[in-house]
Amino acid sequence: MIEAAKHYISWIWVGLILATGMSWQFGHGFGFGDNYHYAAIAILIITFVKVRYVFLDFMELRTAPLPLRLAFEAWAVIVCTLLIFLYWSGL
Amino acid sequence: MSASLKPSSLEEPHLPGETGVWVFILGDMLMFALLFSVFVYYRSEDVPLFSHSQTTLNQTLGAFNTLLMLSSSWFVALAIHSARKNLGNISARFFSLAFLCGLGFVVVKFFEYREKIIAGFTITTNDFYMYYFMLTGIHLVHVVIGMGVLAFLIMTSRNPNLEDSHVNVLESGASFWHMVDILWIVLFALFYLLR
Repeated sequence: MIEAAKHYISWIWVGLILATGMSWQFGHGFGFGDNYHYAAIAILIITFVKVRYVFLDFMELRTAPLPLRLAFEAWAVIVCTLLIFLYWSGL
Repeated sequence: MSASLKPSSLEEPHLPGETGVWVFILGDMLMFALLFSVFVYYRSEDVPLFSHSQTTLNQTLGAFNTLLMLSSSWFVALAIHSARKNLGNISARFFSLAFLCGLGFVVVKFFEYREKIIAGFTITTNDFYMYYFMLTGIHLVHVVIGMGVLAFLIMTSRNPNLEDSHVNVLESGASFWHMVDILWIVLFALFYLLR
């Protein structure tokens, strides 16, 4: 099993864990001080970067037919943009 | 072993699993996109209430569940790569680890809900808690269904002679589980981290 785990997707998992840690820090005031709304934008962007890597490397959309890959990439971009807009409109 | 089992590194475009599964996944994700947007919209209408309510959530349990979901997705991806190499036993073990992560997620969620209900926070407490219980509840149903799918994948991957058709089934189930992971990644940010 350890041999099987020596695969590039294990590095993707490490990256996802580190990104989660970074989001956690931003959510607890690290790096942005009292500017929590900038931290929120950073958290949303990191979240959808994570989503994109799950799409591409875990769901294997990197090697999927282009229309399918584009549909999911568009989902990530549109939902991320929409959520940032809605969040910002409440400030 | 089937000679045409897909290799881990694919040069030609390859659709993992059945087309119908991808249509379902996309439909489910569109529904969740709507739910995410509704939550953030109503949050923007009453930021103080949502921000205050958020501080009553157990963020450590939320983060722990995120680690469980990310790890389960990783195990599922490794299981698929193992199955393509016709390593059925190893594939089944990775699927089993993913199943255990899913089980851990459900157990943590049970204690989290219990903690909230004992503290007096229910679906009728306020809008934040209505969305919290509704969205995480719908997601929890997906996790439980996904665990049923994983149990089926464990049995399928144990086949000593994995063929293309078996791998196709494994890929379909794996794609569903990854979607469950993705939905939690977004829910965790919206409910536990956004201030």
